[in-house]
Amino acid sequence: MAKSLGPVKRKFSPWTDPTAEPFIRFENVTKRFGDFTAVNNLTLDIYEREFFSLLGPSGCGKTTLMRMLAGFEEPTEGRILLQGKDISGVPPYRRPTNMMFQSYALFPHMTVEKNIAFGLQQDNLPKADIAKRVQEMLKLVKLEQFAKRKPAQLSGGQRQRVALARSLAKRPKVLLLDEPLGALDKKLREETQFELMDIQHTLGLTFLIVTHDQEEAMTVSDRIAVMDKGEIMQVATPAEIYEAPNSRYVADFIGDINILEGTVRHREDAAGLPGVLRIDSDGLQVAVDTGSQAVADDKVAFAIRPEKVRISLDKPAETAVNALYGEVWDIGYLGDFSVFLVRMEDGRIVRAAQANVSRLVDRPITFGDMVWLTWSRDAGIVLTR
Amino acid sequence: MKSSRFDATVLTLGFAFLYIPIVILVIYSFNASKLVTVWGGFSLNWYRTMWSNQGLMDAAWVTLRVGVLSATIGTVLGTLAALSLTRYQRFYGRTLFSGMIYAPLVMPEVITGLSMLLLFVALNVDRGFWTVTIAHTTFTMCYVAIVVQSRLMTFDRSLEEAALDLGCPPVKTFFKITLPLIFPAVLAGWMLAFTLSLDDLVIASFNTGPGATTLPIKIYSQVRLGVTPEINAICTILIGLVTIGVILASLTTKRTEMRRIRDEHDAARAEP
Repeated sequence: MAKSLGPVKRKFSPWTDPTAEPFIRFENVTKRFGDFTAVNNLTLDIYEREFFSLLGPSGCGKTTLMRMLAGFEEPTEGRILLQGKDISGVPPYRRPTNMMFQSYALFPHMTVEKNIAFGLQQDNLPKADIAKRVQEMLKLVKLEQFAKRKPAQLSGGQRQRVALARSLAKRPKVLLLDEPLGALDKKLREETQFELMDIQHTLGLTFLIVTHDQEEAMTVSDRIAVMDKGEIMQVATPAEIYEAPNSRYVADFIGDINILEGTVRHREDAAGLPGVLRIDSDGLQVAVDTGSQAVADDKVAFAIRPEKVRISLDKPAETAVNALYGEVWDIGYLGDFSVFLVRMEDGRIVRAAQANVSRLVDRPITFGDMVWLTWSRDAGIVLTR
Repeated sequence: MKSSRFDATVLTLGFAFLYIPIVILVIYSFNASKLVTVWGGFSLNWYRTMWSNQGLMDAAWVTLRVGVLSATIGTVLGTLAALSLTRYQRFYGRTLFSGMIYAPLVMPEVITGLSMLLLFVALNVDRGFWTVTIAHTTFTMCYVAIVVQSRLMTFDRSLEEAALDLGCPPVKTFFKITLPLIFPAVLAGWMLAFTLSLDDLVIASFNTGPGATTLPIKIYSQVRLGVTPEINAICTILIGLVTIGVILASLTTKRTEMRRIRDEHDAARAEP
């Protein structure tokens, strides 16, 4: 069944434009609950029409950050600016932000229609305008025939749509989404992710989403802020976060990655290739083409994604650098991919993923096989943090 | 099967112990004889004379007014107390206050009654309708607070946050969202308060004055002079009222439950 994909997305990157005014700015924001510091001296800019994700494990402060923007919590220190204006002290019911709650928080004693109309009624709009907007919203989330139902008479996916419609009805300047898809099953979640992107694009709103699901963040966002213990570890586009994480934490948190700890042997400057680092990791020699500023004797980590590791039964031409020899210890078959867990002589496990391009008849590499793992000089990254 | 016969016997005896006195009271309210212990044939006579017993009717009217008024004030105060105890988690002396709300439940009524009396005497207030009402309000509001508090414990605060977020100021949010959702608990609290006020003898007798005799006090004082079947008649009516109330309450809960099951059924069918 053909499905409308909405307007074609254009390149969008206001964060690279130094003259662009941030839409939302967290300025040295700290939030403490008693002795616990939920958010620690955090500064962050979010631009208009951006789909921005706060990603991190539970307790990293991402929800607190969002609740401060909604007005449910006040920062202990620092300021929050919306379109250049400090919004501290403005109560939640006077802020131009709307939130979609993790539990959906639908009013159980009101019908779908009344739930969506609730926010509009607070603005004392004429009845006809409210009815019109409610119809638009119902159409947007494809729930026209459920208008008269109570939330208890809806399925989980439908409730999620009502919650979305209700939070969008007032056309907020910023829509805050707190783990919006957490309660849906995988397939529905993926569909809804694309719908969310469509809606964001069509309405031209700024979306701020809180999630612990890195796949979700990668799919929907223009930019992601990875958080840990109340601090931002990295803010970048999904591709940058994935391909160029700035720390072991981010590399490990996003997707699968092999991290090999080691020491920088030397830098091949003018003589060799510019910017190539030689790293010694327990006998393994790694050469990386990198922008890293690490110098000789620095303790670093070499990180490489499993899909960038080639796996082969045949001995490669060059075995001195960027080559590992080991035994296939386990195989994870994921359908589209197979992940090989290869055990080195010293017991380290390195993962290599291979796309299953042809339908599997006989798998040439199997348990117990001795295999070579190789990679190119630009496949991995050097992490100093 | 032996044990089941044993169970049946125990159950029968237990219920008999509970209900035979009440059944006897009801039966004798239809007694034609003036003697409470001798059956003289069926009659509705005592129900007729009861209506013309001005003292008894006045007492019933006072009780009803005290009950409605004290239950209503008690419900408002009790709900407010429950709200502050569940909502403001970190104020000074919270543990003390939440413990203190239970005190009147376990306090002997004599002590509650006496302390109220001493207060009114100290304040030099004439005892009568209002003192009984105030006394009843104080002890029934604790019951309301506890009933409402247990509902608020499971109340999803994000519903209120959602309303605030959508532009609804706090007070309006309370009336539009919170109150409608906790209303069944508030109503249950009111009914409990009303019933407690209706059948209270001890506290009322400490705090009443001339012209404000409640029904329990009236019945008690008449019994001391000798039981007339009129008492049986009015008690039968009271039992009838309470029974109807209980049945209505349980029917409403059952209907809500049925609707919930039907809703869930619909929701399951609506699954995409």
